[in-house]
Amino acid sequence: MPPKISNKLHIDWPLLTGIILVCLWGLVIIYSASDKNLDMMARQLMRISLGFGIMLFIAQISPEHLYRISLNLFGGAIFMLLIVLALGVIGKGAQRWIDLGIMRFQPSELAKIAVPMMIAQYLSEQQLPPSNTLIFKALAMILIPVLLIAKQPDLGTALLVGSSGIFVLFLAGISWQMISIFAGSLIALAPIVWTMLHKYQKKRVLMLLFPESDPLGAGYHIIQSKIAIGSGGLHGKGWLHGTQSHLDFLPERHTDFIFAVLAEEFGLIGVIVLIGLYSFIIFRGLYIANQAQDTYGRLLSGSLTLVFFVYIFVNIGMVSGMLPVVGVPLPLISYGGTSLVTIMAAFGIIMSIHTHRKLLIA
Amino acid sequence: MIGEVFKDYRQERKLFTNRTILSGMIIILCFLGILIRLIWLQVQSYDHFQTLSQGNRIRLEPIPPIRGLIYETHSIVLAKNLPAYALELIPEKITNFNNTIAKLRKLISISDNDIKRFKKLRRHKRRFDSVPIRTQLTEEEIASFAVNSYQFREASIQVKFIRHYPVSKLTAHVLGYVGRINRRDLKRIDSSQYSGTSHIGKIGLEKTYEHLLHGQVGTKHVEINARGRVLRTLESHPALPGHDLFLYLDLGLQEEASRALGQENGALVAIDPRTGGILAFVSHPTYDTNLFVTGISHKSYNKLLHSPDRPLYNRALRGQYPPGSTIKPFVALAGLETEAIQAKDQIFCPGYYQLPGHKHKFRGWKRHGHGMINLNGAIAQSCDIYFYVLARNLGVDTLHAFLSKFGFGRKTNIDLVGELGGLLPSKAWKLKRRKAPWYPGETLILGIGQGYMLATPLQLASATATLATKGRFITPRIVRAYRGPTTNGTIKEFPKKTIQIAKQTTQHWSEVITAMRQVVESSQGTAKSIFTNAYSIAGKTGTAQVFTVRQNETYDESKISKKMRDHALFVAFAPIENPRIAVAILVENGGHGGAVAAPIARRVMDHHLLRDESSKTQDILLQDTAD
Repeated sequence: MPPKISNKLHIDWPLLTGIILVCLWGLVIIYSASDKNLDMMARQLMRISLGFGIMLFIAQISPEHLYRISLNLFGGAIFMLLIVLALGVIGKGAQRWIDLGIMRFQPSELAKIAVPMMIAQYLSEQQLPPSNTLIFKALAMILIPVLLIAKQPDLGTALLVGSSGIFVLFLAGISWQMISIFAGSLIALAPIVWTMLHKYQKKRVLMLLFPESDPLGAGYHIIQSKIAIGSGGLHGKGWLHGTQSHLDFLPERHTDFIFAVLAEEFGLIGVIVLIGLYSFIIFRGLYIANQAQDTYGRLLSGSLTLVFFVYIFVNIGMVSGMLPVVGVPLPLISYGGTSLVTIMAAFGIIMSIHTHRKLLIA
Repeated sequence: MIGEVFKDYRQERKLFTNRTILSGMIIILCFLGILIRLIWLQVQSYDHFQTLSQGNRIRLEPIPPIRGLIYETHSIVLAKNLPAYALELIPEKITNFNNTIAKLRKLISISDNDIKRFKKLRRHKRRFDSVPIRTQLTEEEIASFAVNSYQFREASIQVKFIRHYPVSKLTAHVLGYVGRINRRDLKRIDSSQYSGTSHIGKIGLEKTYEHLLHGQVGTKHVEINARGRVLRTLESHPALPGHDLFLYLDLGLQEEASRALGQENGALVAIDPRTGGILAFVSHPTYDTNLFVTGISHKSYNKLLHSPDRPLYNRALRGQYPPGSTIKPFVALAGLETEAIQAKDQIFCPGYYQLPGHKHKFRGWKRHGHGMINLNGAIAQSCDIYFYVLARNLGVDTLHAFLSKFGFGRKTNIDLVGELGGLLPSKAWKLKRRKAPWYPGETLILGIGQGYMLATPLQLASATATLATKGRFITPRIVRAYRGPTTNGTIKEFPKKTIQIAKQTTQHWSEVITAMRQVVESSQGTAKSIFTNAYSIAGKTGTAQVFTVRQNETYDESKISKKMRDHALFVAFAPIENPRIAVAILVENGGHGGAVAAPIARRVMDHHLLRDESSKTQDILLQDTAD
């Protein structure tokens, strides 16, 4: 059987097609959300190209190599998170990035990749399902970067990084007993944490739950985005014709709240098409994970795919008023380079895992 | 990867596949949840959010209507709307405020006060709202800015219409004025109708006819962005302009009356007896109403308010004075109509009158009396004794009933707000208001228009007009007609309200009018100085006491201060055969009616009856352009 071009380039065509389609649609929406700003569209196109470059580059790296650098990458990520924290303390202010001169580097983005790599590597050394001690050690490993990121403070990223590690544990087959113990203790802890919160903190949480109680303050974002989505109706107001977005009622409309622009201009039909595209990418990712030849590949590609889903769910949930507002972009569509590059790197890893399979019959 | 321990790969793989399938199912459930939420938002609640979205972007802006104009009888404009040019700055476009001001000052004078006011106004506006820095630019300033306007991105000239009264001092007590809407006004108006309007009628015709003059507000649907900036107009319903008013008032006559009154404080009302239309309506002193439109300064306002001459006081409408002898023709008519006397009946006048059993002497103005005197002589020479006797014969209640037919004691219901109704006393009134019985002596002095009785110059003029038409009481009006959107551009007259006073015989009225003619034509008439061959005049002089002369004292004009001097009154109408004008004049502290007030009436009547129409109009037009 002659090797296919796709295998030579280490590209998974179905995944690539899905990603390209979503990215192109993202450009179309950014053009509208930025009020026909071609500069912004060009900048985003550059980032997407950069993302594809990184994805293709990583896809060339074999899973064995990834396995070997997992620990170093994880250690590096922790180290840089500490540097960022230290810089923040010195600079007397919150800081998330390290200035590299040409660009700013966010260690928390590295952690999104490094944490699942580390946990997958750690767990795959042992017989699965993992033992309790293994689980606790893994949890501790997850908690270190999560706490460092939460301290920045960047709750959205902390949530994503944490879930990427948890997903590895889940896919590794952690027992339902353990899952219910963790879930139970979380629920039990919630009221205790609640009573420990300051009055203003409680108010802020309540605001997230009931945005309508402060229509001009914190609730403004969510109220306006609900109006945008709802007024889009079944067919939408048409591309470039969203009044909420074009008349500036919708805040953050080309970044975190871009979904509202899409829903306003393309309606429910557009939303269904988008979720269809996302589902295609996700299920292709899960298929790849299931086809992976070793535990490390399975756990890593599965976890990365699930994190991609979490992005989508949290973002749409937040914009449509189901979840509290945490800063999570809509993957592949929101304007901005940081998370885009990370997501593309993750897809690079997934492609690598899929295209480096040995042509053996197991 | 190299497993250091023995691993069951098959079992691991199975476990992973299970977990992957489970994940896939959870993902499908989550996406279904999202879809249900979005169906709820976009399909179920679509109408709700659609409405909210429309409300977000569309704002209703008012278009203020243009206030109606007011014309006098020859169609000369008395109240108009002048474009006022203001220089306005848009704060968000200013790069350097001091620079802009320095550059503007080369073209237009801007005081430090202007800057202060600008900074104050700016605080209440949005950054993209235009804020005035200089109002009422002169033509030269407009021109010099226009030439250099390309240098100023941040400045522009804005036009607003402000009310202007070209002959404000002449018309102050008729037209009144408009002023800024205040909180009290807001309570009584439909504020949506005034959403684009800054001014409202405060007094005078401007207030009475506010409902016609104001017009209907228009609306403009504009698309706005989240910061309220107007992006474009979607649709607009133009405002309906206010109605124009056409007055009976003759500006030429008004001016002549004002000139004739000269420096005196007083009032003059001239009515066309045929229509009830007010030809002239003067109250002296007067003031400049234009000051109130743009907002009068505290200093100027206090000066007007506290001036001893009380320029803001509308004497013609609200001044209540004892009518004095001008009441006598009406009392005489009461005597004739109730058949208490006949015109030819004579009485003896010794110069005083005593009630039976009383020592008090009610004196007449002529110390030694008029001797034997009938109705003609009593009116021509204004014999008080004759009317003491007559009043006593009639009694207070008969007098009250008869005089009230002429409008005394109640408002005439002229179309001017703030009218006062004077006072026509009666037994019932005294018991109720003064808690005292009526004394016979009070009936006597009522017969000569003194005591409790009070009348406004307007009431006197209206009563005289009623006398001139032999009993046709027409509610006096200043506004003859109106024109506007509700009349399709045609001039529509207001209906006249006429009441015919029931008469015994027209003969009695003629007898009184003949007697009034003697006031001017008889050699002993109190107003003989104003006799003219050109037309016939029926008049009656009056002198209202301000200062009570004690018994056995004589009134010496030279010895008392001007403030304490009698008010001079005169009522008249002309020509007798076909009355075209009835006037009532009051000169405060003027002294004798015949000497002071009657000549004023003559000038006014001359102007109205003798000058031909064309020359009148021309004169005023020349004057108007010079103004």
